[in-house]
Amino acid sequence: MDFSGLIDNFGPLTVTGLAQGAIIALFALGYTLVYGVLRLINFAHSEVFLMGTYACLIVWGFFGLDQNSAAPGVGGMLLYLVIGLVVAIIASGVTALAVELVAYRPLRRRNAPPLAFLITAIGASLFISELTGVLTHRNQRGVPPIIQAKPLFTIGDTTVTNLQLLIILLALVMMFALDRFINGSRLGRGIRAVSQNPDSAALMGVNKSRVIALVFLLGGLMAGIAAVMYDLKIGVTRYDAGFLLGIDAFAAAVLGGIGNLRGALLGGLLLGVLQNYAAGLFGSQWLHAASFVLLVVILLFRPTGLLGESLGRARA
Amino acid sequence: MTTTTEKATWRSSGGVRGWFGRQPGWVRGIIVLVSAILAFLLPYAAEVPLIGPQIVTEGIDWPSALFNMSYYVLLALGLNVVVGYAGLLDLGYVGFFAVGAYGTALLTSPDSVLYADTGWKWLMAVPVALALTMVAGLILGWPTLRLRGDYLAIVTLGFAEIIRIFATSTTTLRGDRGFASIPHPPGMWNGKPIFGVTDAVPYFWLGLVVIILVILGVRNLDRSRVGRSWLAIREDEEAAEIMGVRTIKYKLWAFAIGAFIGGLGGVLFAGEQGFINSQTFVLQFSILVLAGVVMGGSGNMAGAILGGALISYIPDRLRGISLGDTDLYEYRFALFGLVIIIIMVLRPQGLIPSRRRAMELKDREKEVAPQ
Repeated sequence: MDFSGLIDNFGPLTVTGLAQGAIIALFALGYTLVYGVLRLINFAHSEVFLMGTYACLIVWGFFGLDQNSAAPGVGGMLLYLVIGLVVAIIASGVTALAVELVAYRPLRRRNAPPLAFLITAIGASLFISELTGVLTHRNQRGVPPIIQAKPLFTIGDTTVTNLQLLIILLALVMMFALDRFINGSRLGRGIRAVSQNPDSAALMGVNKSRVIALVFLLGGLMAGIAAVMYDLKIGVTRYDAGFLLGIDAFAAAVLGGIGNLRGALLGGLLLGVLQNYAAGLFGSQWLHAASFVLLVVILLFRPTGLLGESLGRARA
Repeated sequence: MTTTTEKATWRSSGGVRGWFGRQPGWVRGIIVLVSAILAFLLPYAAEVPLIGPQIVTEGIDWPSALFNMSYYVLLALGLNVVVGYAGLLDLGYVGFFAVGAYGTALLTSPDSVLYADTGWKWLMAVPVALALTMVAGLILGWPTLRLRGDYLAIVTLGFAEIIRIFATSTTTLRGDRGFASIPHPPGMWNGKPIFGVTDAVPYFWLGLVVIILVILGVRNLDRSRVGRSWLAIREDEEAAEIMGVRTIKYKLWAFAIGAFIGGLGGVLFAGEQGFINSQTFVLQFSILVLAGVVMGGSGNMAGAILGGALISYIPDRLRGISLGDTDLYEYRFALFGLVIIIIMVLRPQGLIPSRRRAMELKDREKEVAPQ
């Protein structure tokens, strides 16, 4: 086996992996939040992310930006970035709420078995991604160069670009804010109560429906931010982008312990970094195979993920 | 004890199923026989006045559509054992289908590296390919069956992805180029081979025979000690283990049998198509089959058959139809997603639920907590 590919590029692979992992972690939060409260895999979360990747492209298109336009100045860059983030957050949040309303709420009213929720979520996912596929003629769409990746500083022989730093920092800030919200606010206490015991929480006066909608919304917000970061980092999006990255994000959530917010961050970063190492070692086509082998090995020794499931139990 | 009381309730219940249960044995036998014969006559459905032309597909040759349905039904029956009976959520079922198909291709196709040593006929490759899929089921099951519920789901999903990546990226499995000239099933009739290239009817009949054998086999298993153990595991794994059910052993059984049936589907598919490559075995395929099983009614074979047939029939039926300027075939999966949501919202227990599940759901509906 040839280790030189990994050892020579260890630093750059780590930094790229961390940036990729930060996006995966933000995406994974949606799976973890919904799972923590409902004990269900929200299969349609990948499409919540997908809507974010398209929404910011469409709004940048309104400003006459496409993949061939010149990079804007610093002021324009900040303005476009903020607008893109806001629009993507709104689009993803609305999609998440719509999924909850159409695919989850009617079944919850009837106390349907858990598998039924999984299937309606699959149906919603299929509908959104396929409709996007038809409307975009299954072509990929390029992203305007809002942020030009420029080397910012160098550690040893590893250069860190401004974009990588932005992605990692934004993910950390959002994680911290979400953690404070869940553990510190009144609404967050409601979420933790429902995740511990939905019926008792309802009897204690927590509005269960509102908490569930809130959880979907929060997952959508995080996915919207992840979507903009994904656009800027990868440079293109396509109708199946959500599905493909969604598998990684779901794996990351499980790896860290599904239902556990800090687990999602740890799982996402770990998965991103290790995927890049595996790509350096075996070639990029083995990237996903390696991450699943890793997942199986970790689950064998820690069957509930690295940090365990605990949205409600411990203080996350 | 439980079985007798349960039978008493469903026999006395109304509806088609209650009526069927009250008939004497010979009437039920005749009904089953007639429906089997009708199933064999399905390729000629177009001849039936009025209804026939509405049923048959337009954009794809009807016998081919029927054959597609037959291997989807096989997959649904196999997945129903894993998900419906044993209650193990498997998101990567297409992996077994792929192992069956690739096993056949490796042993028979001239493109295979083994061709110089094997180069077998289709029929010789079948038992080996099936043994291979069962081994794959055990390999997947043995380390992973300690995991519960959703953790198992992601691991099975990963298993299918790993198989697909192997098929795409290794030279032995040939990726997109795939394996060509996989031999068809044997047999001659009037000096011509029965299983030719143009006519899909014999393949459909072959599929139907396999389906009937699988139904008989699974039905007997379900009524045996194995089936009762599956039921116990599905309902409450801890309780089952305490009562002395060897849960790991029976979960492995479910995986191996599910794998076997999935492998059968793969072997038939390879034999009919004569060509396979890595594009066939995408993840969406397993998810589609899972949707079929749950939509039809998980834990009930009639439901799984209906669900499996629907997931293949609906997209095929939409082929070649256009509304105004839009070709509906483009929208087939989007429409299909809508159909899934509507069916599940209206009937969360599935189209033809198992009796036990239907009764459970009635109980659960009474228990809805204040919203």
